[in-house]
Amino acid sequence: MSLEEELTVRMTVNGERITRPVPVRQHLVDFLRTELGLTGSHIGCEHGICGACSVRVDGAVVRGCLMLAVQADGCDVVTIEGLTETGEIADLQANFVERNALQCGYCTPGMLMTAAELLRQGKRVSRDDVRIFLSGNYCRCTGYHAIVDAVEATLKARGV
Amino acid sequence: MKAPRFSYVRPESLDHVFRLLAEHGDDARILAGGQSLMPVLNMRLAQPSLLIDINRIDALKGISHHDGCVRIGALARHVEVMSSPLVAQRLPLIAEAMPHVAHVAVRNRGTFGGSIALADPSAELPACILALEASLVVESVRGRRTIAAEDFFLGLYETARAPDELLLEVLIPEHKRDHVAVFMELSRRQGDFAIAGLACYARCAGALVSEARLVYFGSEVKPTLAKRAMAAVNGKAWSASVSEAACAALADDLDPIDNSFGRPATKLHLQRVLTRRALSAAMERARLQ
Repeated sequence: MSLEEELTVRMTVNGERITRPVPVRQHLVDFLRTELGLTGSHIGCEHGICGACSVRVDGAVVRGCLMLAVQADGCDVVTIEGLTETGEIADLQANFVERNALQCGYCTPGMLMTAAELLRQGKRVSRDDVRIFLSGNYCRCTGYHAIVDAVEATLKARGV
Repeated sequence: MKAPRFSYVRPESLDHVFRLLAEHGDDARILAGGQSLMPVLNMRLAQPSLLIDINRIDALKGISHHDGCVRIGALARHVEVMSSPLVAQRLPLIAEAMPHVAHVAVRNRGTFGGSIALADPSAELPACILALEASLVVESVRGRRTIAAEDFFLGLYETARAPDELLLEVLIPEHKRDHVAVFMELSRRQGDFAIAGLACYARCAGALVSEARLVYFGSEVKPTLAKRAMAAVNGKAWSASVSEAACAALADDLDPIDNSFGRPATKLHLQRVLTRRALSAAMERARLQ
């Protein structure tokens, strides 16, 4: 492989196979938002602090701003749009609405992506564990209580 | 912001990485988990001409055990280390440190070797491997060499790795049965950068402490072996006054950084708080063993 500034990537995004040329300096969330129009993943700090850009890559939640789009070559990428479509977190989303777990909503896609990973682990966890699990996602509106409530309620309803 | 322009290459073999590093040296950066490199690029604090993405090199992966040593490949992700039964059984110090290493999404990408090669002063893993007297294996076109952890961390983000060398793996002696490990850290939220932290590994026979290694991080420019505090506890039967002697000695061992997390005096105070807690936790654990 030679030294490149643009490469063609192939990946699966929300179940759909895509092939696109990408500038190597473009991070994954910019690629998803600008090239694919998937604007559900938000860009907050762009240096890995806020968690608004969280997406699932090969089954694990990652910071979309800390991964180059070329690094997702050959990967299975799921964004909040895909996660919503499959219904995997419909109950969690309903609980977010029920508990008013968002105000401006900017952090919500990232919160849901991270909480989805906790739900998938299927482990019994305490309220403190939920807080620690979500500690990498900033919310500037809610004060977190309602978000933790919504995640806890979902865990409980799922019988975890 | 967005990363500046750079070229990108994803080698499939170690030899290719060594050749690229030999050719480009300091102008190249190794891209492993990217959890520290990407922020630096996005904030334009560095403008390397080439990124060498090592993520596809299988030889750098995995966690294994042989001859009383645990080998952690440079590309082992934090999540793998954190969930490894081998690490839980044979490296309890590192197992206790892992929940403090960043947040879940960062642990899913970030690598063990990346954290050590970067040598961020607030990083947990450099302190742990220094406490455990690990060895680091690096290689370049010039050959392979092994560096003791004590000789590896030289200063702020400064290590003994030459610009053309790649960190391959870390070899960590497994936990000794007569030893106790304690890891403690203070940060604003769990997973945030450490303000003060301590990795403690000591031999405990009843109340008698020996071979204690106390490594402080977070407050210092590099993980720091507190030799005077260690001398204050080694060969002594643990008591509150021994603990206080270690705390007093810390003033000569540590030279805390003055930054937005606190003044040097505050950080020295916090490290002393951790020292008292860690030594009493070590005694408690030794008693239960």
